[in-house]
Amino acid sequence: MSGICDMTSILVAQDAPPLLLHVLRLADTALVLGHRLSEWTGRAPMLEEELALANAALDYIGQARSLYDYAARLDGRGRTEDDLAYLRDTPDWRCWLIAELPNGDFAHSVLRQFLVAAALQPYWRALAASRDATLAAIAAKAEKEAAYHLRHAGEWVIRLGDGTDESHRRMTEALEDLWPYTGEMFEADAVEAALVAEGVAPDPLALRPAWEAMVARVLAEATLDLPAPCAWMQSGGRRGVHTEHLGHLLAVMQHLPRSYPGAVW
Amino acid sequence: MYTQALNQQDGVATQATPASEDAGAVARFEARVAAEDKIEPNDWMPAAYRRTLVRQISQHAHSEIIGMQPEGNWITRAPSLRRKAALLAKVQDEGGHGLYLYAAAETLGVSREELYAQLLSGKAKYSSIFNYPTLTWADIGAIGWLVDGAAIMNQIPLCRTSYGPYARAMIRVCKEESFHQRQGYEIMLTLSRGTAEQKAMAQDALDRWWWPSLMMFGPPDGESQHSDQSMRWKIKRFTNDDLRQQFVDATVPQGHHLGLTFPDPELRFDAEGGHWRFGAIDWAEFKAVLAGNGPCNRQRLKTRRNAHESGAWVREAALAHAAKRRARAAQPARAAE
Repeated sequence: MSGICDMTSILVAQDAPPLLLHVLRLADTALVLGHRLSEWTGRAPMLEEELALANAALDYIGQARSLYDYAARLDGRGRTEDDLAYLRDTPDWRCWLIAELPNGDFAHSVLRQFLVAAALQPYWRALAASRDATLAAIAAKAEKEAAYHLRHAGEWVIRLGDGTDESHRRMTEALEDLWPYTGEMFEADAVEAALVAEGVAPDPLALRPAWEAMVARVLAEATLDLPAPCAWMQSGGRRGVHTEHLGHLLAVMQHLPRSYPGAVW
Repeated sequence: MYTQALNQQDGVATQATPASEDAGAVARFEARVAAEDKIEPNDWMPAAYRRTLVRQISQHAHSEIIGMQPEGNWITRAPSLRRKAALLAKVQDEGGHGLYLYAAAETLGVSREELYAQLLSGKAKYSSIFNYPTLTWADIGAIGWLVDGAAIMNQIPLCRTSYGPYARAMIRVCKEESFHQRQGYEIMLTLSRGTAEQKAMAQDALDRWWWPSLMMFGPPDGESQHSDQSMRWKIKRFTNDDLRQQFVDATVPQGHHLGLTFPDPELRFDAEGGHWRFGAIDWAEFKAVLAGNGPCNRQRLKTRRNAHESGAWVREAALAHAAKRRARAAQPARAAE
């Protein structure tokens, strides 16, 4: 933790310039998702999945660390990756809502992994061509990881959708629960518009057709019905308006650095 | 150690060589072991050797799997991103160790499912150490430093154990364990050089984990039932007491370097013998924990059982899907019509 330890919480996302805010959005989503996946440790349905879920969690946490490190440099106030992860309160977080939802059963967890990886993989691939060299380097590594996550989770979606009556029922329920949170992954606001114009970030809307095609293909193979395209979509995480769940996640995750201000771990 | 219960139960299984076993084959086997040849899965081996190995390797695997819980307890609360990633990777390594140890046991003709069922039913044992709770972040440091440190003492000689697949699995396990041990010590070092509260946290963890770590090596040699046979077969290379002493000798100076005090008023350096002498171990506590009465025995097994039961539908679905795929692949012509 840096020397800025006597305050209770820090604000970074608020009034942040577009590039910093964009990096924070990516970092927060990666960390929160990695944290959720890590909650599976010791609870997976089989040993092989213990290892696979932990792998994906480690990938996300690794991505978050690179992104926070970059965000801290952009912020320029001497903060560290840990300050950004451990000292910001809920309204300053900018993750997608879908990342912060509780794990639910294995059906919910692998479906979320699939839906998110199907959006992130093309996103990272496009971001790897960014004019921002740091983002491009982070994206190039993350794209390889996302490709693996997509394959792993996609195979599970097919297995569970097409498996037994029970697994099909659970996947259908997971799809109903998670689908309203998928729209946010393709939202673009003034922050994106500015970065797209500069060639720093891709336009998420342009990547949506690839995601839709991937989702349609896998759901069809999983014998699951594709939800109606015009369904109501939840939104807010990218603006700091979250679900009730994020506060609990942060309370657990930030407990030690918050309880012992200034301590080095 | 991770297989300390070997010394405790099942008196008959590993004792006598059945009369049906060919004396010549036994002699050839023992000569190979004496000559430091590795015994491989397809080689002839005495039934008691096979049973001892299955029990030892599976107890070790179970310990790795149950051992994921006490440390897993702190993954979501790890105090920095670096610590979080390292702890998660460590717990993942333990799952990996469990996986290849089960695979090593399978080369002896038992299935993972069978061994796993023995763990879940409470029939099979695992290391007593994992029945203690992790109450503060310092416990993560103490486990890495002491528990992994004790595990390494036992497992380095197992890299030369007579059964090939076990020995080879242990080479990789040991590399990872020694990395974990350094990681744990580094956590302790950071805490003991930190704030007064952090130092107190480190001392409290040492106070709670020291004696259970010494118990990991199993009962004293005089009470260890299978040591002789296992030593002769080179399944085991050193006695419990030898390994325990090696551990104490290596660990006490490390603790002093941290500026911590060991919870043993009788601990003193015997300059003549060159060893750190320690006080009496509370073997009643050890026996109680092995018998199922440790602070977390019920919790650890229950958590594992719940995970297994709540994942049953996933495993069934995976099998059902695989069967459907096979059926579809078997009828390509009809599907194309």
